[in-house]
Amino acid sequence: MFEVIIGLEVHVQLNTKTKLFCSCPTSFNHTQNTNTCPTCLALPGALPVFNREALHKAVMFGTAIDATINRTSYFDRKSYFYPDSPSAYQITQLYTPVVEHGHLMIDFEDASQKRIRINRAHIEADAGKNIHEGDISKVDLNRAGTPLLEIVSEPDMRSADEAILYLKKLHSIVRYLDISDANMQEGSFRVDVNVSIRPKGEEKLYTRVEIKNINSFRFIQKAIEIEVARQIEAWEDGVYASEIVQETRLFDQAKQETRSMRGKEEAADYRYFPEPDLLKAVVDDAMFAAATQIPELPDAKRERFVQEYAMNAYNAEVITSLPEMARYFETMVALGASAKNSVTWLTVELLGRLKNGVTIETSPVRAATLSMIVKRIEDGTISGKAAKEVLDYLMEHDAEVDAVIEKLGLKQVSDSGALEKIVDEVLLANPDKVAEYRSGKDKLFGFFVGQVMKASKGSANPQSVNDIVKAKLG
Amino acid sequence: MTLKEALKLSPEEIAQVREALAQKIAQSDLNAYVALDMAGSGIPIAIKDNIQVQGWSVTSGSKILKGYIAPYNATVIEKLHAAGLSPFGRTNMDEFAMGSTTESSCYGRTLNPHNKGCVPGGSSGGSAAAVAGGLAIAALGSDTGGSIRQPAAFCGIVGLKPTYGRVSRYGLGAYASSLDQIGPMTQNVEDAALLYDIICGHDPKDSTSADIAYAPTAPNLSANRKLTVAILPKYVEGASEAVRAGYTKAISALKAAGHTIVERELLDPKYDISAYYITATAEATTNLARYDGIRYGARVEGDNLKDTFIRTRSEGFGDEVKRRIMLGNFVLSSGYYDAYYVKAQKVRQLIKHEYETIFQEVDLILSPVAPSTAYPFGALEDPLTMYLSDIYTISVNLAGLPSIALPVDRDAQGLPVGMQLIGRAYDEQTVLDGAYSLELQLKTQE
Ligand SMILES: [Zn+2]
Repeated sequence: MFEVIIGLEVHVQLNTKTKLFCSCPTSFNHTQNTNTCPTCLALPGALPVFNREALHKAVMFGTAIDATINRTSYFDRKSYFYPDSPSAYQITQLYTPVVEHGHLMIDFEDASQKRIRINRAHIEADAGKNIHEGDISKVDLNRAGTPLLEIVSEPDMRSADEAILYLKKLHSIVRYLDISDANMQEGSFRVDVNVSIRPKGEEKLYTRVEIKNINSFRFIQKAIEIEVARQIEAWEDGVYASEIVQETRLFDQAKQETRSMRGKEEAADYRYFPEPDLLKAVVDDAMFAAATQIPELPDAKRERFVQEYAMNAYNAEVITSLPEMARYFETMVALGASAKNSVTWLTVELLGRLKNGVTIETSPVRAATLSMIVKRIEDGTISGKAAKEVLDYLMEHDAEVDAVIEKLGLKQVSDSGALEKIVDEVLLANPDKVAEYRSGKDKLFGFFVGQVMKASKGSANPQSVNDIVKAKLG
Repeated sequence: MTLKEALKLSPEEIAQVREALAQKIAQSDLNAYVALDMAGSGIPIAIKDNIQVQGWSVTSGSKILKGYIAPYNATVIEKLHAAGLSPFGRTNMDEFAMGSTTESSCYGRTLNPHNKGCVPGGSSGGSAAAVAGGLAIAALGSDTGGSIRQPAAFCGIVGLKPTYGRVSRYGLGAYASSLDQIGPMTQNVEDAALLYDIICGHDPKDSTSADIAYAPTAPNLSANRKLTVAILPKYVEGASEAVRAGYTKAISALKAAGHTIVERELLDPKYDISAYYITATAEATTNLARYDGIRYGARVEGDNLKDTFIRTRSEGFGDEVKRRIMLGNFVLSSGYYDAYYVKAQKVRQLIKHEYETIFQEVDLILSPVAPSTAYPFGALEDPLTMYLSDIYTISVNLAGLPSIALPVDRDAQGLPVGMQLIGRAYDEQTVLDGAYSLELQLKTQE
């Protein structure tokens, strides 16, 4: 009976080499306040100079979401006092952002899709960080002036699930374009959620509550669900008008609640006006031509995988969720492993072994190695079971696949002379079973194969054993 | 000693000049300098207290920046060094360049060398008084709405406001970013050309710096070009008798020097005042927001963060600065932005267009610099009267044009009367040529 309305604002930190308006490096995991200069410290007289690499990346994003690219956009000053904002204004793009009117598609499990509109994406400078230690607060300005792309959706999502699908798709696109590290824990992909409710069937929008800076998909999902419940409860208790006000709330993970962040003071007035220290940002023909040539995006890649490798939709989704994963898979196939086995060995065996924050990017077993393991199964050198041992070993040691097979003695015996000898011994040792089999007890075939495998200590190639046993028993 | 003469001196002679100047400054009661800081050992140039010199405590005449040490050089300072010139003394100014009298400085008032009971003008009053009082060979000032030209006129020296974008603003403590411009303040037109040539040029550190050709003006300075100069009879009606007399004198001199005089009109300057004070204060309120006591400058601790901001800024800024910050915040407030800021930008375009139209037919425009000559201290206590005293200078900043102020006459009390020649954007050469010709003609007439 209620409809949930969700809009999302995502701040994506662009992975440019230098800051947005000065030449300081953007790698901010350094000693505090070392990656700074007069400009990002806002010293008297210092001026901003626009880093066009950020514009290039913004145009790539605009292309990916099929948006309007404003070939000329402008910067504006947004005023507010806070210690981590050295100039006490943020340089952003209010009146004419670089990207407008795009969209992306979210995919449901039943294979249906929904279009989520993106109102705008604009370039702006990040603030520094405040560090609170007991009674004192410190300011680190290494991050101040790092370029952000703020991506603002329309309020098109109707549930927490849809919001998460949108965020995952957005995250995946940004990673495919390689315009951001998009690491939620490190704050390079920051999400603000706007939530409101309304009785089903109504068109009007009610009071929108903002929940800020939640750093995982799981927490975002939870925060939305909890906030929606709070709003519905207020409505049902007849206190909606007094309880639900337009404000910013924080999600408290421990207490499982959202809570007001600021007092209900005066509404902030950011006093925007055009930034007089910068010229307009112009996407010239050369930049436009280069930045609109973007790599294959996750949706297209997923479709292609389904078609090209006869992958099921679920596996295609998993493998294309991250560009590194897709690249890993494609490398395995390119080096000769079958697509079918590559999918299993990547998504089940390898991912199952990545623990403690190790990702596909940092995996000790690279695509070429895993591809080789799969090929060794496929050419009969090792069994699937032995391959798992090889992989286990390689997760811990740096070595060649064939050397490991040799070292661990996992090579299958396919040599028919050696195998025939073992089969003969097994048949000789079990004359009664042989008689039973010959009199029609077909089920005993498995027994003979099992005995042969056991006698070979698992090194026999099962297919060869099958063939020989069948031949000997006539 | 002029800059042109100083440029011919040996290092030993320069050292002697510096020594003599330092002594003279120490003995002076003008309060033109707030500190005799030095950097380098070249030809001494006085520097307005809002231009960053590495190692100097550059404070923009404000208590809020007391103790702040600039860690880098403004681009103009780098250019001075490269040309063998050296920053020599910080000159007094109105706090954050907001004023026309230099009375709002936290260092106290600067006296006009021609009459110590009168203001030197502002905001670059210290630089003007230093040059006029023989305490500097030449100086740098900054001009946002007349801050070079008006004190130059009040002190009887030459002051050039270059075209917006000609001189890098990198390292100039900002008042109003779209209007500010650093320029030379000198004893004569030739020196202005020499110093301008040294400080101008494209600077990648200033995005608004003009990336176009820069031809030196001093070697090409010519009093012999015959120019067409527009005069503004109606525009001048509001000026004092002495200023109108000076205007007539300048017109005669220009005619005598062979220039063609034509009459033109400009928009009612009351529109200039509105557009200027809205634009300048909007920009200023954000430019001055960084002075919050967190990273540098004088902090006044409060009970909490907000309180610290309020106390620091309440105690650190003077009244005129506070007034302009409030005005700027008002015109940018939601609900007022379109009515004030947006409208002011439209007026600004009109003013620009009006100048462009006139400059299709003339080379220069002759205008007074101020409605009167220098007045006694305290005369402009009413802020609105002070704002109105800028009527002849601010439209030039709004349009971004070059303009030079030079002395043409004296009033009954012996105070200098200055006039300005306004030129086309990026045409400093013609502005300097016209001024050079006028200067020589007036000298001949004496
Ligand atoms: Zn920096």
